Amino acid sequence: MSVIASDLLIDNARYTQSIKAGNYYLGTIKAGQTFRIVDLEGNQAADTLFFNANDPSERYSAMDTIREQSNVYLTTGSELRSNLNNVLLRIVADTCGRHDTLGGACATESNTVRYDLEKRCMHACRDSWMLAIAEHPEYGLHKRDISHNINFFMNVPVTPEGGLTFEDGISAPGKYVELTAVMDVIVLISNCPQLNNPCNGYNPTPVQIAVWD
Amino acid sequence: MSNSIDSSRPNPSLIRSMDYSTDIPGASHWSLRMRKGTIMRLTDTQGGANVGMLFYNPENLLERYNAPDSLKCQHTFKLTQGHCLYSDMGRIFASIIEDTHGWHDTVCGNSHANHIKRWGVRDYQSNRNDWMQNGHDAFLVELAKYGLGQADLAANVNWFSQIVTDETGKMQLAPSKAAGAQLTLRFEMDTLVILHTCPHPMNQADNYPRKPVHIQLGEAEPVTTTDACLTACDENRRGFQNNALYHLGR
Repeated sequence: MSVIASDLLIDNARYTQSIKAGNYYLGTIKAGQTFRIVDLEGNQAADTLFFNANDPSERYSAMDTIREQSNVYLTTGSELRSNLNNVLLRIVADTCGRHDTLGGACATESNTVRYDLEKRCMHACRDSWMLAIAEHPEYGLHKRDISHNINFFMNVPVTPEGGLTFEDGISAPGKYVELTAVMDVIVLISNCPQLNNPCNGYNPTPVQIAVWD
Repeated sequence: MSNSIDSSRPNPSLIRSMDYSTDIPGASHWSLRMRKGTIMRLTDTQGGANVGMLFYNPENLLERYNAPDSLKCQHTFKLTQGHCLYSDMGRIFASIIEDTHGWHDTVCGNSHANHIKRWGVRDYQSNRNDWMQNGHDAFLVELAKYGLGQADLAANVNWFSQIVTDETGKMQLAPSKAAGAQLTLRFEMDTLVILHTCPHPMNQADNYPRKPVHIQLGEAEPVTTTDACLTACDENRRGFQNNALYHLGR
């Protein structure tokens, strides 16, 4: 794992915002701007999607990203690729060291399978995204655009035997990931409200975003 | 709760009939609607095949195969016998009732035109049926027939391709298995299947790997309460319950 800190100071950021667990963030980052997500209290998952701001049918693709870098984990140096295999953003700093893009987001429907059929009414990331695209038609996003995301601050190791495990213990209060946009991108974050998964200690907490020119 | 899949378990009498068979040449694409209770058996007749596949609900094309949900709810990185293919709505499109290959990829996506360039020019005018098709374009062609496009292209399965990782997460395409590997899907709900036989995007072969697949279609026997896919883990039991609820509502 490669841990690389940033020189950017939060006091110099053009914009900052705190996102409570269960809320979403939807905004545009211009090419060349740098975007940071801070895990304020630790062990939180920021379920994040990116879109080409000029054509949202081009969007973050977990498959293209991990295939082109021949590695299933994301960290400093990772190029986040689109479904057209273009680079959307680059991770330029990362004090956590590893982020997941295989596990996807929680959804009320998948919660029925993963935990219990009675969990279907608990709030989940995909519902946060659905509300975001419904409340902001100006972005031109539709359910068909909601695909496989990045889970910043999550550790989901793959075993050599082909298993997939969910582990705790990589993130901590104040850890962050920082990305520079290569093209104008729409950012859609669901700050995960997951109450069923021990990865966040059953206690979802806020994250902060910051943008520098 | 058990998440282990016993792929050595015999699967007698899961198939009622084999009604149709066809050979799909390498570098081709096809689609068809499968009914609940039907089966599709794929055979890698020459060895080294890659079959890209996508799944949609024909009644609501916004419901589609979800690779992350399929992997995380079965705690697996690979797909093999005993696993189910989940939609983003918590339902099961299909179960893998037989598999002699043992490990199939669903995280690498498709070959794009840029991956195919290493083998030469992609030119139908000159090469006719020997042109070098790529998986991305093949899917776009089939998807367009159903009003679907680029934004609808989620992660696909790559049957007969095995991707292994080391402890640092580095990925590698394992060498192809010998001819004859076979897997059978049993459809648990009506499903639109989109497929291509283009090379896996990480294939580094010296020549464009033009590998066919043999496809057989038929009817499955009804799913029993001791079915190996249904009982593979508690998650799959709940997935089958979600399907039962869906069919109640129809």
